[in-house]
Amino acid sequence: MIWIVSVLVFWAAAWAVNIRLSNGRWAKSRAVGLIVPALFGLTLLVVWEGLVRGLNVPLVILPPPTEIAVKIAGSLPILWVDFVQTFIKGALSGYVIGCAAAVIVAILVDRSPFLQRGLLPVGNFVAALPIVGTAPILVMWFGFDWQSKAAVVVVMVFFPVLVNTVEGLAASEKMQRDLMATYSASYWQSLWKLRLPAAMPFVFNGLKIATTLALIGAIVAEFFGSPVKGMGFRISTEVGRMGLDMVWAEITVAALAGSAFYGIVAMIERAVTFWHPSQRARG
Amino acid sequence: MRSVIPILTVVAAILVVWYGASVWMNSQWTLDQAARNNQTVTFSQILTDTMAQKRPKLPAPHQVAEGLWQGVFGQAITSKRSLVYHAWVTLSATLLGFAIGTGLGVLLAVGIVHNRAMDMSVMPWAIASQTIPILAIAPMVIVVMASVGITGLLPKSIISAYLSFFPVVVGMVKGFRSPDGMQLDLLKTYSASRSQTFWKLRFPASMPYFFTSLKIAAAAALVGAIVGEMPTGAVAGLGARLLSGSYYGQTVMIWAALFMAAIVAAVLVGAIGALQAVTLRRMGMRQ
Repeated sequence: MIWIVSVLVFWAAAWAVNIRLSNGRWAKSRAVGLIVPALFGLTLLVVWEGLVRGLNVPLVILPPPTEIAVKIAGSLPILWVDFVQTFIKGALSGYVIGCAAAVIVAILVDRSPFLQRGLLPVGNFVAALPIVGTAPILVMWFGFDWQSKAAVVVVMVFFPVLVNTVEGLAASEKMQRDLMATYSASYWQSLWKLRLPAAMPFVFNGLKIATTLALIGAIVAEFFGSPVKGMGFRISTEVGRMGLDMVWAEITVAALAGSAFYGIVAMIERAVTFWHPSQRARG
Repeated sequence: MRSVIPILTVVAAILVVWYGASVWMNSQWTLDQAARNNQTVTFSQILTDTMAQKRPKLPAPHQVAEGLWQGVFGQAITSKRSLVYHAWVTLSATLLGFAIGTGLGVLLAVGIVHNRAMDMSVMPWAIASQTIPILAIAPMVIVVMASVGITGLLPKSIISAYLSFFPVVVGMVKGFRSPDGMQLDLLKTYSASRSQTFWKLRFPASMPYFFTSLKIAAAAALVGAIVGEMPTGAVAGLGARLLSGSYYGQTVMIWAALFMAAIVAAVLVGAIGALQAVTLRRMGMRQ
């Protein structure tokens, strides 16, 4: 009982503070912009912990956050091995290959408006399909190790990046292209100096979407067979053994890896497209 | 209309590559068989054999088409071998989850737009959650819910709902905020209440965003339902079909299920697109 009451009190207090802060004088400041969501997240954790302990929820249904943290601290070597297997070997290599292939294909297609008109709708269509479904096929083709996971990731990230790059290459304005023509710039010069830079906001949009897809692809592909390591493998086997604290530990790692991956790509975007209005407005 | 020929060309090119690849990938098996029987095979024999293997590495397009046709029209639709039956199992979970996720998402977006505290505390998490591989929790949700006695449609729908929830929240917040300052000021001069502003300006203005996020949410919900069927050894549904195909090496079955999933996704997204076109035209918002 005491757990539940204190949880409710904490919740009410945090909520009051948040309302205060977000309607107060400093609402627009950066610090408040960080404190309010952080407090909200902390509240969620406290409510979770308190309810699980207060209502005596069994461990096999929902472990409290502290248990998960203990599990993470206690099994760092396993988590690291899984992380390397799934993220570095599977997701990252597939991401690099898939995105590079998509950008190259987009540049090749770019020379032919005919192909563009055909490829864009097809690419958009394929991008909306449940491509994770190809995982069993690719696992059959490339074996159980990380190669098949990378292959799934390649297929998953290819189309979103392709569609965005093709769109981006058409993004430079006619005036700008005319200017390049008056300089008598060759196709490659105008591509390199005008159209690729102009396409970068679109390309990075695709790259950011692809970060999440890459992790999902690598994890789900492991449900179809993998060596005895990897985040997806660990999740599916630990679920079978009712080791839910380990599952949550892996999910935490996956969430952190996903956010960090996205954040890094977003940071590169800021450095590359510093000239774009959406980036300048923040500074 | 003028893009029909380019699209057909691209599709034809894909088919040609596919046929080529299936000859190339299946020929190994043909050659092995021949070597075992001490025969030599000519190229045309390889060609005909690779088109009609029982368990090809990569089934040729016509084999997949035949498998699909068999699955859809060759069985009674209640039969366990019918793809329509499996697609319906998956689709019902998808639709239920899609409805739950969209409903909750719109509600949360309304709250976020009207309450600053909620906006500042929830919105960063809603955006951050899109960078997280949520699908990884699918097996856990299924097993945990099964251990409390909830099985069948609902666990899969919850995964679908969870996946379709965040795109809707983010899209709708953008949509409700899309009226510009002039329009909001105009309603203020009419001394419109908050609910009047919502129903007469914000809600109609959000419609284009609504349909765009619905399309994303529908595709995500379908993926959620399919993946939700995989880890538990479910017996029905397209995901189960993919899984049993991969256990027994029935490649044609996998490909047929995959194409069925693609068709379901296309129908879902297409239906939303049609609804969008009609609604926006009736509202005079057609671009």
